[in-house]
Amino acid sequence: MRLLRLLLATFALLLAAQSAQAERIVSSLAQHQVFITSQFGGLDLVLFGTVEREDNAPPRKDRYDLVVTVTGPRETLVTRRKERILGIWVNAASREFVKVPSYLAVMSTRPVTEFADQDERRRLQLGLERTLLPQMINNDLGDVARDDPFRQAFLRLKMQRRLYVEKEDGVTFLTPNLFRTTIPLPAVVPIGTYDVDIKVFADGELVGRATSAFEIVKVGFEQFVATSAQNHGVLYGLTTVAFALMTGWFASVVFRKD
Amino acid sequence: MEIYLPIADLPVNIFLVLGMGLAVGFISGMFGIGGGFLMTPLLIFIGVSPAVSVATVASHIAASSFSGAISYWRRKAVDLALALVLLVGGVAGTIAGVWLFTVLRRIGQLDITIGLSYVILLCSVGGLMVMESVRAILRERSGVKTPLRRPGSHTWVHGLPAKIRFKQSRLYISAIPVCGIGFIIGFIGAIMGIGGGFLLVPMLIYVLRVPTSVVIGTSMVLTLVTMAAATVLHAATNHLVDVVLALLLMVGGVIGAQFGARAGQKLAADRLRLLLGLLVVAVGLRFAVDLLITPREMYTIRAVEDSR
Repeated sequence: MRLLRLLLATFALLLAAQSAQAERIVSSLAQHQVFITSQFGGLDLVLFGTVEREDNAPPRKDRYDLVVTVTGPRETLVTRRKERILGIWVNAASREFVKVPSYLAVMSTRPVTEFADQDERRRLQLGLERTLLPQMINNDLGDVARDDPFRQAFLRLKMQRRLYVEKEDGVTFLTPNLFRTTIPLPAVVPIGTYDVDIKVFADGELVGRATSAFEIVKVGFEQFVATSAQNHGVLYGLTTVAFALMTGWFASVVFRKD
Repeated sequence: MEIYLPIADLPVNIFLVLGMGLAVGFISGMFGIGGGFLMTPLLIFIGVSPAVSVATVASHIAASSFSGAISYWRRKAVDLALALVLLVGGVAGTIAGVWLFTVLRRIGQLDITIGLSYVILLCSVGGLMVMESVRAILRERSGVKTPLRRPGSHTWVHGLPAKIRFKQSRLYISAIPVCGIGFIIGFIGAIMGIGGGFLLVPMLIYVLRVPTSVVIGTSMVLTLVTMAAATVLHAATNHLVDVVLALLLMVGGVIGAQFGARAGQKLAADRLRLLLGLLVVAVGLRFAVDLLITPREMYTIRAVEDSR
């Protein structure tokens, strides 16, 4: 009897899981590699995709909602707050943000509060407000309340540099199943691997999820300079000095009066 | 026209950077200074990170001081022996400065130290220069003739032992104050990320009584050697020298320096000192404003260690 109940419970769970993840997402990025050349000045990367219902499932009453989260390579940053000491403004208190995304973009069909409840938003880290930003506080690693001044300042400064982006109407459905969004990459975007996480919601719950990725790399001359600076520092420095002497000498010859 | 900088990791307008190089180069040629105290804040202002700015400006200063040094050399306005002795002190000062730099960075007080030293140093040095040159100009106006080198102007500095004869400067002075001045310049330069020409020039004039005609050329030779060394050191240790940015600054800088040097020769020495003094005070006050006025944004973010 107990065994039967257990089996039934498992079966019910499976069913629930299936109904919750019954949608399949097929997506395509315009580019899987973004090249940084000497002309690079930022880029809007296009993402296309379709949301498909499983064959045997009944159709949805409601339209789909989508959240696309793009996460760049992780970095550790320090946020400092200025305070007035003896009449001058100095950096006083500071907070370390450990291994947070260097780039973070959240695009959705409409404000996430309209289609996902609070638990769901927290569990799935929907939106900049809900994304985990681990901070070092008294030798403990953890995130803080959303209205914490350091956390807010961090988001504000990142958004000013266009490295953190939130667009509540960033995803559009061209047909009930076909969606399109653009990922705005500013010129100062760091190189590395970017993860794309696509979540589909319907009837107030998560019904499908897919991931993708792209890479931002330096190529050609830019790559050559960056790798030489890193791997052959002394030679690179000497070359720069040689350039300096050459330009200096050249100018004095060209502008010689006699 | 935008170009992406491979080390600074951002695009800049070519003409803006060339123009900045030209303007700072003009000033550096005119006064015989490196111009680092102008260029570094300018680069930070257009978005280049402070670390990359300091490292790249070193190579820019090397280029414009080489171009300047050549033209002064042709006019035989360089005291090579004096530059060499200054350099001995300068190397020791740089090592000491780099050590303090590392300590300050570890305890997290580097920014405020740099800010305060800019304010104190620029305002006091600039202020002294302005006062002195105004007094000289007024004296001249009132018709009182002042000899270039007053006979009684020997100070305690000139009584020290270990004397060396500097032929070009027509000086016979102790090596101790010369090395000492080199040490101070190297020390301050390493901490503040500047060549130190604007400090060296008045020190040579007022403390050592080096003739004004040789001061600028000699200062340029010293700046050239220290900044070339700094470029290699920065490239080897921090990998933060942006060669594309450096080239753009250099091209603008050397052209500007040539015109600046010519403009400088047309001006009387005391008026030149007055102008430089005013410029130095202005930059110092600009830094003071940053420290005193309530900032619009109380917070800053910066990458930890290795990255910039």
